[in-house]
Amino acid sequence: MSSLRRNAFWLLPIAALVLLLAIWQVYVDAGGVSQLVLPSPHKVLVALVDDRGTLWHNLKASGTEILLGILVAGLLGFSAAVVIHLWTPVRVSVYPLLVASQAIPVVTLAPLLTLWLGFGLLPKLVVIGLVCFFPIVVTTLAGFETVDPELVKLMRTFDASRLEIFRRVELPSALPGLFTGLKLAAVFAVIGDVFAEQAGSNSGLGYLLNATLANLETAEAFATVFVLSAFAILLFALLSVIERRALPWVYQAKVISSR
Amino acid sequence: MISLEGVTRVFPGRRRGSADVRAIDGVSFDVAAGEVLAVVGPSGCGKTTVLELICGLQAPDAGRVQSAPAALMPQRDLLLPWLSAIDNACLALRVRGVSAAQARAAALPWFARLGLHGFEEAHVWELSGGMRQRVSFLRTLLAGKPVLALDEPFAALDALTRAEAQGWLARALVDAEEPHTVVLVTHDVEEAVVLGDRVVVMSPRPGRIVKTVAVELPRPRVRTDAAVVALRAEVMSALGVPA
Repeated sequence: MSSLRRNAFWLLPIAALVLLLAIWQVYVDAGGVSQLVLPSPHKVLVALVDDRGTLWHNLKASGTEILLGILVAGLLGFSAAVVIHLWTPVRVSVYPLLVASQAIPVVTLAPLLTLWLGFGLLPKLVVIGLVCFFPIVVTTLAGFETVDPELVKLMRTFDASRLEIFRRVELPSALPGLFTGLKLAAVFAVIGDVFAEQAGSNSGLGYLLNATLANLETAEAFATVFVLSAFAILLFALLSVIERRALPWVYQAKVISSR
Repeated sequence: MISLEGVTRVFPGRRRGSADVRAIDGVSFDVAAGEVLAVVGPSGCGKTTVLELICGLQAPDAGRVQSAPAALMPQRDLLLPWLSAIDNACLALRVRGVSAAQARAAALPWFARLGLHGFEEAHVWELSGGMRQRVSFLRTLLAGKPVLALDEPFAALDALTRAEAQGWLARALVDAEEPHTVVLVTHDVEEAVVLGDRVVVMSPRPGRIVKTVAVELPRPRVRTDAAVVALRAEVMSALGVPA
């Protein structure tokens, strides 16, 4: 790749963002749109700076919930995928239930969870867990399915037990799938956490979003959404970096196949 | 070492109502200890089925299969990308419960013998196709089974690399501490004649043995040698290809 194209690779998304913000600013200024309906990017930026203390405080609360939620969903989702992969009866009986669990409208479930479990951390973890569990299970299972049947035959001629085949071949093959699931979960968890906090909470960015919107502090609400998005992007990027470090062969295989 | 008696293998048709597929039909042969048997035949003649029967991965529908324990070497190298070259070679030893240090000590001299010296810690994607196949062979060899079942091991290599690979395979079989009995499945007639003590020629599906050719030539064999060329022609005509 030429240096020009490499620079363009970084500059293009930034240029697109700047252009979008410019159009937005001009539209609000020139169109005389009320700041209550649609605040200009400048007003949002001012709100970001002015409210940085409040935003930071609530980000800490939401961030903790989201990270813990992804951790719990990751552990449970991965374990479930392993069990489903290893035991066909479980796959047949439990998989449809998993699909059904994903179809539960979290918006209606969140208030019920608040009723049952209170205003604390637990209902948030349940909501995030519900939202993130399924993608992690599905992508991890897809990872297990990438194992070449020939490789399993080879291992059997080496007298490998089911456990040895799982440990040495299947488990490493499933890890890229797990990471794909975690990256999806990073985004879903942010949305789930907002739902959970809006249903009942006294801290967090979802709570802040509720409070600012109720007070018609639209610029502050936009600033909150900005922080949420930035956090999701950060989490996604962080997981991508960890994946590249932990599973270098995944990246290498892509480089070689694109040569 | 290996004995097949009237072995037949039938696979049920893929779709309901479609006819069953007879992969091999009444195949019989014996392989003596230390012998290299080459099996040649057109695609779909059940060569891989023969190997999997010997490895105990399939059971015959009729007939009898007896074999000493066999380790498979697949056509594609199927190296594990999360392991270094030497750890891939050690896979079978590790599965058997040999410690990492002992397994590496066993593999190390082989890396030198097969021209892989200095590539012990290399990532799989840093190895050339020929090197990957050497590591794959080593993995099967170090499994320590008396029988090696090689399934078109060099089919994916270019002609030059393949000739080179046949050279190191022949040397490795001589160098091994304990003699190995080898079943080499290939569709490369020249490879069969250069490497085999006997060549079994199979017909298209259903696979039957149409001819067995003994290769009583001194080793190492040169592919341009008149006797090799003559045997190659004999096998080719048994396959129905004018030489």
